[in-house]
Amino acid sequence: MIVFEFLINAISLGSLYALIALGLVIIYGILKMVNFAYGELIMIGGYLLYLVGLNTNIPWLIVAVIAVIGAMVVSYFTELVAFRRVRVKSLTALLITTFAVSTLLQNGALLVISPRAKAVALPQIFSTSISIFGVGTPVRNILTIVISISMLIGLTILFRYTILGIALRAAADDFQMTRMLGVPANLVISSAFVISGAIAGVVSLFWVGRTASVTPTIGQGPLLIAFVATVIGGMRSLVGAVVGGFVYGVIFSFIGVLLPQVLLDYREAFMFLIVILILLWRPEGLVKVKYAEERVG
Amino acid sequence: MKRHRLEAWLSHHSTVIILAVPLLVIAAITDLLAGSLLIRLATAMFVSMIIVIGMQVFMGNSGILAWVHVGFMGIGAYIASVCSMTPQMKAIAIPQVYPFLLNIHLPFWPSILVGSAVATVVAAAISYPLMRLSDAAAAITSFALLIIIHAVLVHWDRVTNGPRTLFGIEEYTTLWISVVCAILVLIVAYFFKESSLGLRLRASREDYHAASAMGINITQVRYFSFLISAAIAGFGGGLFAHYITSFTPDAFYLIETFNILAMLVVGGPLSISGAVIGTVLVTVAREGVRAIENTINLNHLLPFEVIGLTEVFLATILILSLILRPQGIMGSRELRWKPKKNMDETNKAK
Repeated sequence: MIVFEFLINAISLGSLYALIALGLVIIYGILKMVNFAYGELIMIGGYLLYLVGLNTNIPWLIVAVIAVIGAMVVSYFTELVAFRRVRVKSLTALLITTFAVSTLLQNGALLVISPRAKAVALPQIFSTSISIFGVGTPVRNILTIVISISMLIGLTILFRYTILGIALRAAADDFQMTRMLGVPANLVISSAFVISGAIAGVVSLFWVGRTASVTPTIGQGPLLIAFVATVIGGMRSLVGAVVGGFVYGVIFSFIGVLLPQVLLDYREAFMFLIVILILLWRPEGLVKVKYAEERVG
Repeated sequence: MKRHRLEAWLSHHSTVIILAVPLLVIAAITDLLAGSLLIRLATAMFVSMIIVIGMQVFMGNSGILAWVHVGFMGIGAYIASVCSMTPQMKAIAIPQVYPFLLNIHLPFWPSILVGSAVATVVAAAISYPLMRLSDAAAAITSFALLIIIHAVLVHWDRVTNGPRTLFGIEEYTTLWISVVCAILVLIVAYFFKESSLGLRLRASREDYHAASAMGINITQVRYFSFLISAAIAGFGGGLFAHYITSFTPDAFYLIETFNILAMLVVGGPLSISGAVIGTVLVTVAREGVRAIENTINLNHLLPFEVIGLTEVFLATILILSLILRPQGIMGSRELRWKPKKNMDETNKAK
């Protein structure tokens, strides 16, 4: 039964991490840009839960939708205002811009709201437990699994069967060629940012749901997870991101069980050591893709 | 003939003098006219300048984004502090310190040099394989290194006192020490850039494949340059520790990285003049906004406390500068004095 509990935990963590990683890789696949401001989208979602949820009487489900839409809008605007103008310049400039946008959003939250943690209203279901096969499991974990998996299925359908999805995949493979075939570059990139924002919004519900509070720096954790997961799985492929997320979830759970207490403090450092080793020995990650081309702007 | 050659040499290397003299003037004016607050700010600026120049040595010349230098600054700061503290103080400030560290008690300069040396050794031990990577992979690994160094600083109680404040370091870094050190580092960075190693590194930045086709061992060139820049960052860290006198590992993490990057990028990472000018401008702008923020908070001008205004302002400046002038204020130029009338003769002398 311990095994079952461990499994539920690992899968729940893994599917959430897969979602987190996917949101980062959608952008990376097209622009070869590591979006340091990705974590702040999750923070935006969390603050909307706090602001709208605690000050109005709107039902929680609608508040959650508002949080997701808010993250999408902010993601769209970061691209429109900042990244679009730096994109054609150097990659270094683009990476520094994402870091600056991240700092801007984080300190904007400090300035406008508060440096202190803010409690977030959550529905009853987040704090109840049910028993499956005699093992008490928080409903939140089951919910995380269900929502994450359905998001992944929905995104798969989007990527496979819609024109937008095909354009996005084509852009990730060979952006220059896609543009020459008449796909408008700005539209593709903007939609990638909107999808990334939507994923971040959904992630924020569960990430904030774990602690039931939100701080300006809440986005740092998910960002680092996304880094590790995408590097493990392969930075160029969407499937790789999902695989990487699950693998990370499992490794992280195992390290928690196996590592002696003294070294447990260094868990983060260990995860990043893995990142460095993978980038050195297998830079393409676990999942290989056919194309590998230079960055385009 | 001989005179011309000297003149050509001087005008070619005039960058150092053109940058150093204003720095000395700033220090002199601050020392003579300003109060202790401004003297401290100027000292902080010169210490930051050392880190910025250290970062420029690698990032500017190799074109690779490096996040990790603030981590080396942290290593330098902690090691230098542990070396320079008296055993009595150390026993209080770091209760769990290793016995063999407890009795080390070095003067100021040796401590700083040991700190710099340890940062260099750490860099030497971990960075060689990373120098093969470029672009996003390089950016992520160096970011990962910063996180690892931070995790170690936070958790290694027996050297760093863990996440708690390390206090009781004596204040040695005065205004004049900091400005002289900044100028020394500037000279090192300048002659590194002009050296054969620096030239090969810059060639690899401009065109990776052409440079390796010329027979440049890019990994090795990047490696040695990285060590030099880590040594400078560690040196700056030691000075920082003896200026600020108490700090936590968070002083060497993302906020400081952001500050240093903003200074370098606004000025122009490709040139040393850019690094120096960027440091001065960003420091002045930041402290200006911080003064406004403090005034608002102290006088309760607004019904709520203003926190983070400075960072918001700085981030906006950084984004604007990347949009409008992605190469920074200086681009790849250095400030240089060129005597017009002698140009023809100088060319002949070459």
